[in-house]
Amino acid sequence: MKLSSPTGLVSVVVFMFAFGFMLVPLYDVICEVTGLNGKTAGQYEGEIAGDTSKNRDVKIQFLVNRNANLTWGFSPNTVEMKLPLGERRETSFRVVNTYRKDVVAQAIPSVAPAEAAPYLHKMECFCFQQQPLTAGETKDMPLVFFIDPELPDHITKLTLSYTLFDITDTVAKTKTEKPESKIVDHS
Amino acid sequence: MSELTMTTDHHDHGPAKGIGRWLFTTNHKDIGTMYLVFSLIMFLIGGLFAFVIRAELFQPGMQLVDPNFFNQMTTMHGLVMVFGAVMPGFVGLANWQIPLMIGAPDMALPRMNNWSFWILPFAFSMLIATFFMDGGAPAFGWTFYAPLSTTYAPPSVTFFIFAVHMMGISSIMGAMNIIVTIFNMRAPGMSLMQMPMFVWTWLITAFLLVAVMPVLAAVVTMMLMDIHFATSFFNAAGGGDPVLFQHVFWFFGHPEVYIMILPAFGVVSEIIPTFARKKLFGYHSMVYATVSIAVLSLVVWAHHMFTVGMPIAGQLFFMFATMLIAVPTGVKVFNWIATMFKGSMTFETPMLFAIGFVVLFTIGGFSGVMLAIAPIDFQYQDTYFVVAHFHYVLVPGAVFGIMAGVYYWLPKWVGRMYDEGLGKMHFWLSFIGLNITFFPMHFVGLAGMPRRIPDYALQFADFNMMASAGAFIFGTSQLIFVYLIIKAARSGETADQVPWESAEGLEWTLPTPLPYHTFTTPPVIEK
Repeated sequence: MKLSSPTGLVSVVVFMFAFGFMLVPLYDVICEVTGLNGKTAGQYEGEIAGDTSKNRDVKIQFLVNRNANLTWGFSPNTVEMKLPLGERRETSFRVVNTYRKDVVAQAIPSVAPAEAAPYLHKMECFCFQQQPLTAGETKDMPLVFFIDPELPDHITKLTLSYTLFDITDTVAKTKTEKPESKIVDHS
Repeated sequence: MSELTMTTDHHDHGPAKGIGRWLFTTNHKDIGTMYLVFSLIMFLIGGLFAFVIRAELFQPGMQLVDPNFFNQMTTMHGLVMVFGAVMPGFVGLANWQIPLMIGAPDMALPRMNNWSFWILPFAFSMLIATFFMDGGAPAFGWTFYAPLSTTYAPPSVTFFIFAVHMMGISSIMGAMNIIVTIFNMRAPGMSLMQMPMFVWTWLITAFLLVAVMPVLAAVVTMMLMDIHFATSFFNAAGGGDPVLFQHVFWFFGHPEVYIMILPAFGVVSEIIPTFARKKLFGYHSMVYATVSIAVLSLVVWAHHMFTVGMPIAGQLFFMFATMLIAVPTGVKVFNWIATMFKGSMTFETPMLFAIGFVVLFTIGGFSGVMLAIAPIDFQYQDTYFVVAHFHYVLVPGAVFGIMAGVYYWLPKWVGRMYDEGLGKMHFWLSFIGLNITFFPMHFVGLAGMPRRIPDYALQFADFNMMASAGAFIFGTSQLIFVYLIIKAARSGETADQVPWESAEGLEWTLPTPLPYHTFTTPPVIEK
């Protein structure tokens, strides 16, 4: 089959259409491998590994954003901490549902500088799950993490930022067929 | 065998009567005409949108339209001009000229040719119908970045998506037809390296279209799924990424800008040798330059998004790859100049448009090199400097390219000459008008005026008034073009078989007026 024949050209078209979709996982893989874009990996499993002999301290700052001017309360319970590399730490973030109805929240993390993203390991994070909140609920959401001792030497300060999204409508849309859904609109 | 069919079918050679001729035609000349007329209508509609934009920006403050409608105008102006005016314009030229220039009786896939045209009026009716829908037409810019075009889009976005799908299908079919025609229907003895430059540039353009239009289809399909099927391709809350949209879009979008300029390179490469009365300088280097531009265009997309937060390595790669494109483009510009050098030049309308193209496209190319410099781009991003840049490459580039081609080949198509005086007037008014319009945009852009905003700070007032005045001159002078074409087709003087003194190429070996079917017997190619 020649590329310049009608069949050849149709297969190029089909391939390129599929390629458009292939760019999506490709993009995620590139971001994950290179740590570009500040995307952090999923849940870290296993022991704290790596050479801890360097015993260097780094600073980590916690930032929060509310997407689309959400009026919910959202703040880190610790704004900044200094910790040695390879040491497990725990902190938490407080979220307040100011709506008079049950909602579902989702936090999306991002690390700056992006280069440090692959070195921040989260053993537990509220961002791994959707967070259902009842009307008016206040909740402290945990984060357990450590910073990889392999962190490049020139990085002395990290910023971990969470953006909070209201995904109540999206969750309701995808679960409409399922009667066991817990989302009840009291309004 | 061919003798036999010739004699038996000889009674059925003219065009069909009535509207059926246009609806069911498979004749490349009829389809070419329909493409060109459609392109002209879209050019005028898109121009009307531009008229509203420039009228609102005539003075600072809000005068005529509300900001949302202004955004609809900028969006639809871009979409209609890119997909409705420029692309069908070039496909129209290709339909008319490629069979005539390679000595083929018609396009290789004539039924598909008919279909690929007739999709377009429906696609654009649907797109323009969004003005009358709830929430109005798309107002998110012709680049339709997510989440503006997904989460915050008006409900009419679904119609926009289907319209883009249809335009994409049309372009892909048109491009496939051109590739198959060029590879299979060249006159015996015509090797690839003997093809006219216009055919070469269209062949490369067609490959670009086949490669990237499906990616556009993919990106709008992802939008559709995000909007209606609760996927999260571009929604950060669901694990997607809006920046991904920009990567996929510009993977299509950057080759797209070369799709809009390469055929224009081909047109001026036909016209300049004719009116300079010399052979095209450096034919081989022209072909290789076109191929290199096309290949490079596939790996430079992220220079549209330097400010999204790219790592330094990425910025450097895309910056240098982009600047590299200036090399083959420079080769082309120097070849055109070398062709004119010491030639016996005359300045008929097609030549005026071709020279206008070379000069003004080069200005647009230079501002492109400025925009390619990543650190400086942070200042230029989303300012009127960008608007000035891409209008300099698209108006005197793509649009002048199409117009030059129309003036050059019109005597052959309709068998009559156009009014040379009117043509020259059209050129000079367009040339002056567009420079008054777009040159001041460089200055206000560098001074920080953002694009796509219906109001601006007072210090930009004078230059904006100037730009608007220029736009009114440019826009109105296009009516001369419309009148000129109608006049030429109806009552022009009968044209000679070769209306230009030293025009070369197979199309000029055909009689004027052109028969409905040409090259039913392949021409003999001299080695």
